[in-house]
Amino acid sequence: MITYEFLQQYWWFIMSLLGGLLVFLLFVQGGQSMLHSLSRKEDEKRLLVNSLGRKWEYTFTTLVTFGGAFFASFPLFYSTSFGGAYWAWMILLFCFVLQAVSYEFQSKPGNIFGAATYRIFLFINGLLGTFLLGVVVATFFTGSEFTVGKGNIAGLGTAGPIISQWQNPLHGLELLGNLRNLTLGFAVLFLARTQASLFFVNRLNHEVLEKRSRKFVLYNGLPFVVFFLIFLIWTLISEGYAVDPITKDVYLEKMKYLNNFIEMPLVMVLFILGVVAVLYGITRTVFSADFKNGIWYSGAGTIVTVTMLLLIAGLNNTAYYPSSVDLQSSLTLQNSSSSEFTLSTMAVVSLLVPVVAAYIFYAWRALERKKLSLDDLNNDGHAY
Amino acid sequence: MDLLSASAVNWSRAQFALTASYHWLFVPLTIGLGLIMAIMESLYVKTGDEKWKNATKFWQKIFGINFAIGIATGIILEFQFGTNWSNYSWFVGDIFGAPLAIEGILAFFMEATFVSIMFFGWNRVSKKMHLASTWLVFVGASLSAFWILVANAWMQYPIGMEFNPESVRNEMVDFWAVAFSPVAYNKFLHTTFSCWAVGAAFVVAISGWYLLKKRHTDFAVKSMKIGSLVGLVAFVMLAVTGDGSAYHVAQKQPMKLAAMEGLYEGKEGAGLVAVGMLNPARKNYNDEVDPYIFKIELPKLLSLLGYRDINAFVPGIVDIVDGGYTLPDGTTSLSFQERKERGLKAIQALADYQVAKEEGRDADAANHEIILRENYAHFGYGYLETEEDMIPNIPLTFYSFHLMVMIGMYFILFFMVMLYFLYKKDMVSNRWLQYVALWSLPLAYLASQLGWVVAEVGRQPWTIQDILPVQAASSAISAQNVATTFILFAVLFTGLLIAEVTIMVKQIKKGPESEGLKA
Repeated sequence: MITYEFLQQYWWFIMSLLGGLLVFLLFVQGGQSMLHSLSRKEDEKRLLVNSLGRKWEYTFTTLVTFGGAFFASFPLFYSTSFGGAYWAWMILLFCFVLQAVSYEFQSKPGNIFGAATYRIFLFINGLLGTFLLGVVVATFFTGSEFTVGKGNIAGLGTAGPIISQWQNPLHGLELLGNLRNLTLGFAVLFLARTQASLFFVNRLNHEVLEKRSRKFVLYNGLPFVVFFLIFLIWTLISEGYAVDPITKDVYLEKMKYLNNFIEMPLVMVLFILGVVAVLYGITRTVFSADFKNGIWYSGAGTIVTVTMLLLIAGLNNTAYYPSSVDLQSSLTLQNSSSSEFTLSTMAVVSLLVPVVAAYIFYAWRALERKKLSLDDLNNDGHAY
Repeated sequence: MDLLSASAVNWSRAQFALTASYHWLFVPLTIGLGLIMAIMESLYVKTGDEKWKNATKFWQKIFGINFAIGIATGIILEFQFGTNWSNYSWFVGDIFGAPLAIEGILAFFMEATFVSIMFFGWNRVSKKMHLASTWLVFVGASLSAFWILVANAWMQYPIGMEFNPESVRNEMVDFWAVAFSPVAYNKFLHTTFSCWAVGAAFVVAISGWYLLKKRHTDFAVKSMKIGSLVGLVAFVMLAVTGDGSAYHVAQKQPMKLAAMEGLYEGKEGAGLVAVGMLNPARKNYNDEVDPYIFKIELPKLLSLLGYRDINAFVPGIVDIVDGGYTLPDGTTSLSFQERKERGLKAIQALADYQVAKEEGRDADAANHEIILRENYAHFGYGYLETEEDMIPNIPLTFYSFHLMVMIGMYFILFFMVMLYFLYKKDMVSNRWLQYVALWSLPLAYLASQLGWVVAEVGRQPWTIQDILPVQAASSAISAQNVATTFILFAVLFTGLLIAEVTIMVKQIKKGPESEGLKA
């Protein structure tokens, strides 16, 4: 029976999955943040840029689709978060704007800003694109300072007609002052760098870079595990934002997110499997010099882990976008979603996603039959 | 009600206009050049002639440079409804969000995926698969245009939705009404052809430059032929679809039409202003000063084009503000004051409904809902203060519209002349026409931007026609914050534009000889 509630949960699942895919695809950003540290010579840099350059649009498009899909399925989140945490999102978007032109422009003749400028843009996008996204996603668990009054538009409330009102004048920059937010930010950054290293080990036909990348898996994998564990344990033992299914009141519940795992054992099991897969991909790559498929384990694991993490943020009567200043303003699947009509219309559209996935898979395979070497760059008609 | 400071709203408007205008510098070339390079590659696959392959690869290189900055300027738009227009995003997001999401899922992934095969797959996939990829890039870009234009069309002509007082927002009830609204498909066709027009003008201009430099003559002539054919079709269809669009504007946004024509005092059998100059001495909407310093009018044509009846009454700004004329559905139009009164009633009824619901007084709530629905058509007027608030910027709308049409007419003639010389006479020796081809390019870009000025300035103050004005649609963010992001985007996008142009000019100067074509 397809009820409104089912549709809301289905769309939260889709958003969680998109989130998981996005975090996996952030390996491109991770690689960009290592351009200067991983390479020593210019041709090594070129190889890194070009291997990432064949993938960057997937991450970018997933981010854009993530925004559009959030708008379509949970418009109150879109309006409250983007309109409120203005600076957090603007800086994030700004650095993606920088990325979008950088691959194409950096080595073109007539480039008046020079290749170095664009590579710095890529570096900035690599650093901030991952870190800030982690910080913002952390607020699904830590809360933000906003109020929502749907009646404001009709003159109810005291601060004008705007429904979503951010209460902190820093408009998103204050999120950086929350330690738990920062830990997830660093976790995402180091995960992206770890996955990029795994990607390079898998894709590059270049002995020196491959060896170096393998070391980078360790250098980045360790901090990733540390920050991730800190965030995870801290969140599981902290209070969480629960919703009373009858009264719809939001209240703080001890160890809410741990309870969510326990009450949704399938999600917990998949989460653990995802974590195991990520750790397996990392450890085997570090300890086994011939193992090059770490990215597939770690990638699949990342998608599953992040999806499950986001699921426990919103399912099981949890407020997925909590307000730390006014609990009852917190966003839940019920009070922030689109109408039943829109969610069902969009659900029909979502059936096309496997088609999209299929042609992406086809294209990926068609272009990546063999590893990328410097020879390929020099002989290809089109290289960055 | 205390609305957000006008300054904060205006900075948000300025920022959207800035970012959208920049994006619109690049998107038309993506779609127009996308079509032309797909046609050229089709000719290559059909004939096997390597010259067509080299021509295709050259234009694809140019395409790539432009495509990147199109993406860069586009991402902010996807999120800007949220960052700067949060009330709008909740109030109409149930309808507006869907086309944006569909655009991402269907169109953007298609573009992104197949563009990488187009660039990197020449030696990795079959000829046919590569050709399909090039066409799919064009299809993806066109699909993207379709969905965003469905969204914009809905702003101009909101349909297929019902207001829900409980959730305080408009909710979609008919997806097909939204997706295939006549405003939507007219707008889609008109905008698509405008993109073909820019692509054609671009190809013809660059080819003209090569002929002037006596380089790549064969390549230039081939490109010019395709460009001119696409161009003529595009500009003729622009006239046809432009008429269609204006017809719908007359029906659904009479104030916009009045602004486009500078029509203050409406009349039956109204003429179309072919050329005219507005009188700046007209300060107020109803001060009876002659609106024009001069005009050349084509009699009866505005009534004919707007209402398909040469004697139809076309309301002017004064009529729309003061009310009292007969609408196409037979009812009498309301004045601004009457609409504002009803709007305030609707807003108050909504507030009362909310309070009644909260206090459990369901019977009262039901009564308030009745009042709300009776007056909902004028909801947005409740946020306006004076008559002037419902009037868009007349000179900007008027001159943009007329200049755009003039440029359109010019290009129809231009492409006819081009085709004549390309097929019947000698283009290669006609240096004068090559100069004209080159210097016509900025006009195509100008007309392309002016169209959007008409569409978006002409709809002010409405973010959603009659339902939500800009004053009630924005985010709760101070003017300083928005001014800062405005400046950041202005600097960044201008810098990127300069970078793009210098790279493109360099690539053009290098020419297709880098692709193996001899001079």
